[in-house]
Amino acid sequence: MQYEPTIGLEIHVQLSTASKMFSGAATAYGGTPNSQACAVDLGLPGVLPVINAEAVRMAILFGLAIDAEIAPRSVFARKNYFYPDLPKGYQISQFELPVVARGHLDIATEDGETIRIRITRAHLEEDAGKSLHEDFHGMTGIDLNRAGTPLLEVVTEPDLTCASDAVAYMRALHTLVRYLGICDGNMQEGSFRCDANVSVKPIGSTTLGTRAEIKNLNSFRFVERAINYEIERQVELLESGGKVVQETRLYDPDRDETRSMRSKEDAQDYRYFPDPDLLPLDISKVQIDAMRELLPELPRAREQRFEHTLGLHHADAVNLARDRAVADYLEATISAGGDPRSAANWILGEVFGAMNKDGMAISEIPVKSEMLAELLSAVSDGTISGKIAKEVFEAMWQGEGRAREIIERRGLRQVNDTGAIMAFVDQVIAANPEQVEQLKSGKDKVLGFLVGQIMKLSKGKANPQQVNELLRQCIFD
Amino acid sequence: MEYTTIAQMSAALAAGTVSSVELTRAVLDRIGQLNPELNAFITVTPEQALAAAHDADRQIAIGKHGKLTGIPYANKDIFCTQGVRTTCGSRMLENFIAPYDAGAVERLGTAGMVAVGKTNMDEFAMGSSNETSYYGAVLNPWDKGCVPGGSSGGSAAAVAARMVPMATGTDTGGSIRQPAAFCGISGLKPTYGRVSRYGMIAYASSLDQGGPMALTAEDLALTLGAMAGHDGRDSTSVTRDAEDFTRLLDTSLAGLKVGVPKEFFAAGLDAEVGEAIESAIGVLERLGARRVEVSLPNMSLAIPAYYVIAPAECSSNLARYDGVRYGYRCSDPVDLQDMYVRSRSEGFGNEVKRRILVGTFALSHGYYDAYYGQAQRIRRLISRDFANALAQADVLVGPTTPSTAFRIGAKSSDPIEMYLCDVYTTAVNLAGLPGASIPAGFDNGLPVGMQLIGKAFDEATILQVAHQFQQATDWHQRAP
Repeated sequence: MQYEPTIGLEIHVQLSTASKMFSGAATAYGGTPNSQACAVDLGLPGVLPVINAEAVRMAILFGLAIDAEIAPRSVFARKNYFYPDLPKGYQISQFELPVVARGHLDIATEDGETIRIRITRAHLEEDAGKSLHEDFHGMTGIDLNRAGTPLLEVVTEPDLTCASDAVAYMRALHTLVRYLGICDGNMQEGSFRCDANVSVKPIGSTTLGTRAEIKNLNSFRFVERAINYEIERQVELLESGGKVVQETRLYDPDRDETRSMRSKEDAQDYRYFPDPDLLPLDISKVQIDAMRELLPELPRAREQRFEHTLGLHHADAVNLARDRAVADYLEATISAGGDPRSAANWILGEVFGAMNKDGMAISEIPVKSEMLAELLSAVSDGTISGKIAKEVFEAMWQGEGRAREIIERRGLRQVNDTGAIMAFVDQVIAANPEQVEQLKSGKDKVLGFLVGQIMKLSKGKANPQQVNELLRQCIFD
Repeated sequence: MEYTTIAQMSAALAAGTVSSVELTRAVLDRIGQLNPELNAFITVTPEQALAAAHDADRQIAIGKHGKLTGIPYANKDIFCTQGVRTTCGSRMLENFIAPYDAGAVERLGTAGMVAVGKTNMDEFAMGSSNETSYYGAVLNPWDKGCVPGGSSGGSAAAVAARMVPMATGTDTGGSIRQPAAFCGISGLKPTYGRVSRYGMIAYASSLDQGGPMALTAEDLALTLGAMAGHDGRDSTSVTRDAEDFTRLLDTSLAGLKVGVPKEFFAAGLDAEVGEAIESAIGVLERLGARRVEVSLPNMSLAIPAYYVIAPAECSSNLARYDGVRYGYRCSDPVDLQDMYVRSRSEGFGNEVKRRILVGTFALSHGYYDAYYGQAQRIRRLISRDFANALAQADVLVGPTTPSTAFRIGAKSSDPIEMYLCDVYTTAVNLAGLPGASIPAGFDNGLPVGMQLIGKAFDEATILQVAHQFQQATDWHQRAP
């Protein structure tokens, strides 16, 4: 029998607020254990949670970006369970009434098709702390720095049908939350974590198969591999007459497999109930409208504008729109006079290359957008050739100044004077009689060699187009 | 001591006839004298108290003092106090020292009051007799064979025995009013949200409310003014301007409508208590108030609803006491499960465990709607009943408890019997309304309390009725 998978994702987006979801403690990553945990985070007696208004604003912004409904009243609930790194014995989350419901995100599949993934809900909650099992001689250490960090849990409908679409969705969401400035997207630090619900059913069947939930997938690659492994495991199980059981599984990237963590029978009863320490979260239309004003152009719209209005290739448009700062850099370069396609090529080529080499973010690079635009205009008006431009770019990167200054200082201005170029052409023809003969007899390849010799002689400054023309004239006319 | 009430002490301090240090020393002496027997205090803090009294005297000397500057008082041991242990009546917190003051404690301190110690209470405020305290039962100063009521039993006994002129209490289902009634003092549970719950150890968050316990309505008004007010650290704290709760004290009751809910006088009420309350209502009528018969038809559902909601919330609120970060931890746990089970089994007493179990059950999958959901629906019905009754009257009056203080041990083996002590008080918490209990007579030498219930945020009218009543009676002046 042929099977088809059904996949839904739950992604925990860590909101980039300065303080925690319900306390004033800092959220910065990597502090000394328990240095960023206040009385509220420690769950001391008598202390109470207070909702972080910034986290709420971020949730609203996200809801608007996925065209979802923002609940005029949502409710924080307690999810009760015991765990050493859960200080209060419950997690404050949202259960029946989430802040964001019924949105969607359009994504491009590998075949270039656009599909719409429905987002069931997104709710605010607090993170737990961390249990540390090393260095404590058989005991467990608890670090509550992360406890109380605000999370937005984004849950899809089971609209995904293969691992690559799941990854495409995850990437699109990752791009979106960084665009909105609500998450730093750092997956190593756990700022963007994914759980995947996977089931398989016979092709054409309308009833969903039993699903397994795969926990804590913290890279795009792991999501893809874990889902593919899980699909294969379930199909093999069904093919051999077995049954899929509803359970939670953990992906082990070292062995590239998923392992059972707990079955449905062991599932805990979380005894959710509205948190009496918090009033319902009321969000007014005025507040929603104010947030709508702050909504930036979204990645997908920008990507399409780059492709259709600026005339970029689809793949380039996607790559350039992915990071808001990069897209802003591109647009700033264009508005400073740079040609859109050249600007795109330069950013994807030289700029990204230099950024990678020096481990810099676009906001940190020495070549600002107007500097790149000046370089591009020096190329387009014939002041320098594209090849020389790379040398100029490198000099700008080293902090030697702006493009035209460097060109003048280094004497890199392109030679457009026919007389001067003709002198180079004559010298090269005289020095290479054999190659000239070959060219005359129809070996076109030799042209490149001769042009190269002329360029070398001019130290790269001769206008290549003129060199070509003059050479042809001399030989064929 | 010459002075018993805050009003008297305040006047004497202002006149310079006594200093705060002298008052505080007298209070500490009296505690030293009476507490070994009554067991009203878990912790007494003479050094901190005398230091605060010295500060208060300096404030008075330079004329920078308020009405409460230099007045000694005690905190129920449910209020966190920076640097002084807060046990909540439990073994679980025997060695817990909070690094912060509760919001209410902070405010009373700012008003210049001098904290002398922490009063005994039922464990985690769960109890109506103060017998569930890990630190031993408190005796009723009127009859040392009787309970003082609970859970603020230590505060009530301390005020009744004139150890302190005022003590803080908390009231989740009657824990200020019932012990006030049993000990013959005045106690006020403010409207939910009036007094910050920050640093007040949670029993049932949607019902808990702190308030003052004192000898007179006037003292309640003075101290409530200091305790109440918005606290940004408590999301359920209301944002209302500060109020002078004494402003109506001297206003006559002429024309004021006093509602008498018939359900407060139905079966279950001791005849003698009923008679005392009837004659107290007669006093109010003679003072010009008009008696209006009202009804709270869903009153009988209050106890069942309360004993679902309060345990449900407590089962979650008390989950933090797990032996991991602070508080009691069992010795030599073999693993995590063992640490959880033994720390909680050994750290909590039976009544606390009973309520955690009941609450856990009420919230569990498949039962939530039948219990917690249903109780919330009843809660709305009860609120509506009160709204209807209070549309016809300015305050409601009735007994605080169906009987006077009972013998120690009399009800400790029967939880239902114990829960029925709160039959007239829990509904007020479910509706979030303000309620007070004031002395209104005696039955066999034991005080009878009259309950006054007001509209939301109308503590001033309750205090007006109470004060006018106390101007016409002397029950509140009787000392054990």
